[in-house]
Amino acid sequence: MSQLAIEAPLERLPLSQTIDKELWIRRLLIGLVCLWMLVVVILPIFQLLSKSLMDNAGNFVGFANYVHYFKTPALSNSIGNSLFVSILTTLIAVGLGFLYAYALTRTTIPGKAFFKGLAMMPLFAPTLLNGISLVYLFGRKGLFTTGFFGTIPGFDIHLYGPVGIIISEVLFAFPQAVLILSIALNMTDARLYEASDSLGASKIKTFFTVTIPGIKYGLISAVFVCFILAFTDFGAPKVVGGNFNILSTDIYKQVIGQQNFVMGAVVSVVLLIPTVIAFIVDRIVQRKQVAIIAAKSVPLIPKPERLKDTLFLTYCAFIALLIVGFYSTSLFASLVKVWPYKLNLGFWHYNFSDMGGGGYAAFFNSIRMAFYSAAFGTVITFSAAYLIEKSRQMRVLREISYFLSILPLALPGLVIGLSYIFFFNAKGWSIAGMFIPNPLGFLYATMGILVMSNIVHFYSVSFLTATTALKQLDKEFEIVSESMGVPFYKTFVCVTVPVCMPAILEIAMYYFVNSMATVSAVIFLYSANLPLASVAVANMDDAGDIAPACAMSILIVLANLLARMLFGLATKGVKNEPRPGW
Amino acid sequence: MTQHGEISDYLSVHQLTKKFGKFTALDDISFSTKLGEFLCVLGPSGCGKTTVLRAIAGLEKPTSGTIVVEGRDVTQLPVSRRNVGIVFQSYALFPNLTAEDNIAYGLKQRSKKAKGVEGRVTELLETVGLSGMGNKYPAQLSGGQQQRVALARAMAISPHLLLLDEPLSALDAKVRIRLRSEIRQLQKRLGVTTIMVTHDQEEALTMADRILIIDRGKLVQMGTPGEVYDKPATPFVASFIGSMNFITKVRKMEDGIFGVGEHRLKISNGRGARRVQNGEPVMIGVRPEDVMIQADGGDGINTLNTLVSAIEYRGSLFRLSLNLPISGNDYTTIDADVPSEKVRRLGLQENMHLPIHLPVDRIRVYAA
Repeated sequence: MSQLAIEAPLERLPLSQTIDKELWIRRLLIGLVCLWMLVVVILPIFQLLSKSLMDNAGNFVGFANYVHYFKTPALSNSIGNSLFVSILTTLIAVGLGFLYAYALTRTTIPGKAFFKGLAMMPLFAPTLLNGISLVYLFGRKGLFTTGFFGTIPGFDIHLYGPVGIIISEVLFAFPQAVLILSIALNMTDARLYEASDSLGASKIKTFFTVTIPGIKYGLISAVFVCFILAFTDFGAPKVVGGNFNILSTDIYKQVIGQQNFVMGAVVSVVLLIPTVIAFIVDRIVQRKQVAIIAAKSVPLIPKPERLKDTLFLTYCAFIALLIVGFYSTSLFASLVKVWPYKLNLGFWHYNFSDMGGGGYAAFFNSIRMAFYSAAFGTVITFSAAYLIEKSRQMRVLREISYFLSILPLALPGLVIGLSYIFFFNAKGWSIAGMFIPNPLGFLYATMGILVMSNIVHFYSVSFLTATTALKQLDKEFEIVSESMGVPFYKTFVCVTVPVCMPAILEIAMYYFVNSMATVSAVIFLYSANLPLASVAVANMDDAGDIAPACAMSILIVLANLLARMLFGLATKGVKNEPRPGW
Repeated sequence: MTQHGEISDYLSVHQLTKKFGKFTALDDISFSTKLGEFLCVLGPSGCGKTTVLRAIAGLEKPTSGTIVVEGRDVTQLPVSRRNVGIVFQSYALFPNLTAEDNIAYGLKQRSKKAKGVEGRVTELLETVGLSGMGNKYPAQLSGGQQQRVALARAMAISPHLLLLDEPLSALDAKVRIRLRSEIRQLQKRLGVTTIMVTHDQEEALTMADRILIIDRGKLVQMGTPGEVYDKPATPFVASFIGSMNFITKVRKMEDGIFGVGEHRLKISNGRGARRVQNGEPVMIGVRPEDVMIQADGGDGINTLNTLVSAIEYRGSLFRLSLNLPISGNDYTTIDADVPSEKVRRLGLQENMHLPIHLPVDRIRVYAA
């Protein structure tokens, strides 16, 4: 070997070790990601599907259950009802959301941060609360129905049924529509508008030839997201649905009311079909988008226009007033002694001691569950996204894991909950004559299964957030570390995680807030000794204790707002570190 | 010592081929470098030059072929075992670590003695001219400074090979020119064998000991900057590095004499002229700066009458476009670079008749 002329104070690594240990560690970890997704998503869904093909005794009956389902109008009418309310919700929510997002991005109205923050308010509340607020506003003894307790003539909007469901779901879907459309409206090229101006196009023509095509993908995405949200939500319809049956309440009634698990599985599959279709179409559309946003664009800075700004400010103020009024009503109602007769304020309804549902024990269980979901969910999601995004080898395995990671987007909470009952409660499986006992049965009716269902339920959005953040990191970080002989897990801890901290905190907050508020997946999975706040809301509402139900919802909202504030402080701390430009 | 290459070859690449599906990115490439040599891999974008670098780094597994460093076959070694320092166009500095910590990143992995690391980092910062800047974060440094940190980080591990992937492309023109010589001097001082990928011919000419020119996955020429500029092996190389006038429909009349239309040109043997058979059609090339104008001598040999069709101002010189009649109405255009001083002195203008002279030993002959 030739002598080296280089000053080499440190010993060089020998060139002889050929086994790429790290590659094997990565392979193993990505394999684990696949296995994890298999156990928490694929197998439970498979169990649900097979359950829908059996009778209650467990004998295979083919499509007999489906035939029965479609021959029973009391059941199959719900399909039309569900489609009706969700399509109408989608149209209204996307319309309102577009105007709101347009005001936030394309006008010079004051208080944009305030308006944006306020529009996100419904994300912090259980959808049950939307229903409860509506009852206090438009129910039989509602503020408007009674004409502000008899001061003016009242009017009845016939809340219970489609009207109530649609209003609640619009409120529920509105923040998502605003978020998606704001992002889409922000991603534009000012040069297109300059070109359109210089060609003498009118404002209306520019709007239809530049603005709308530019946000096409965001618009499609908003439509699908709103549709899925409205189609699968369970909380609000449970409160204000009345006798108007929709798919999600049917599943609940079949499983909890009639203990008919098989029919619950059938309705779940029916619920799953449009959701999966929406998911697939959205994926195809989003894939096309990647190819289109490639060129560097000049950001559009809106110019003040008096009439336009005034109109949009009025609109935003109106929506803000509605949201504030909506939640203030429920806050007020939770503090009133006896609505609408004794309007003294106090904390009577916040003493849950003589109520069903579990009271403060349930509330703190929920906080614990949300905390665990945030902690474990964030670690799992971010690590999985890192392995999938930042590995160079194993392309096929990574693509499979990516697909499995975004698949939960198509799974409604009720479907996850029900399939978890089937899967984790199963004694075991007979495969080719061999009986394999269920190794995961011990999780049934524990905190573990609740946390797991939340992680899966909110996995995809967190995963996509993590992937987006990781994509913004220089793709050469890993190569440089590798060339210096630094193992990837060290770079992950020393560089990737600190740099992605804002996104990681965002994921943690997302998990926490949603786990606190969700009712759909956990309503099938909680046990009597492990009550949860959101389930307590549903149960108290069922029992007619609407004021305590409202009070519990308010507690959930407060816990979530607190989490949001902590997140704000934490991200501020992260951003204050001496890292300009990041 | 080894079946591959000469004993003095520090790095040798043998018949390297890389296919991505049906696309052949590298087609049977072989070359070698000596210890301490600075090699530039030059080519247009998409020619496969980055793939060469990535294969040497261990980032791409070759479809076939071998890579030998210090007499050892490293083709199957992972990146982490090849001991290469890599500098990317983006620098890939860790944004959450200071310049010091960036440089120490690979060292800490190898040495448990923190003190040794500290000394080495200070030394490296000094070497790249950033003493006292160690506690700055990448975003607080200019592009050129970030580039130097990246270089120091790559050098910190005392690499067998230093690999530079378009390291200067993201910088301003002025900084780029200054860093060229700095990198070159640093590389000479440390004596590290270096391979740089670039699409900038000027960068390659000024920095490299030898240049490797790749076109569509194939190695077309390898030589010193002087060799590839003066003796471009193919018309592609000739027009990729600098510019060259090509005159087609040329025939060899006899040894040393070529005919273009009515004109007769004397071309010295060598330079590809010898390989051609009499009567065979060829193409000849001459660089614009080699075209002499008017009274620059030549005793009437290779003197051609042309018409100035356009004059383009280029600061220190003018580029003249000259129409050379070949036969009948057929003419070809020859570009000539003429110092500004001379253009003014001779009062050259468009539509003037201008005799030019093509020096006998500055004309290259290529197969038609």
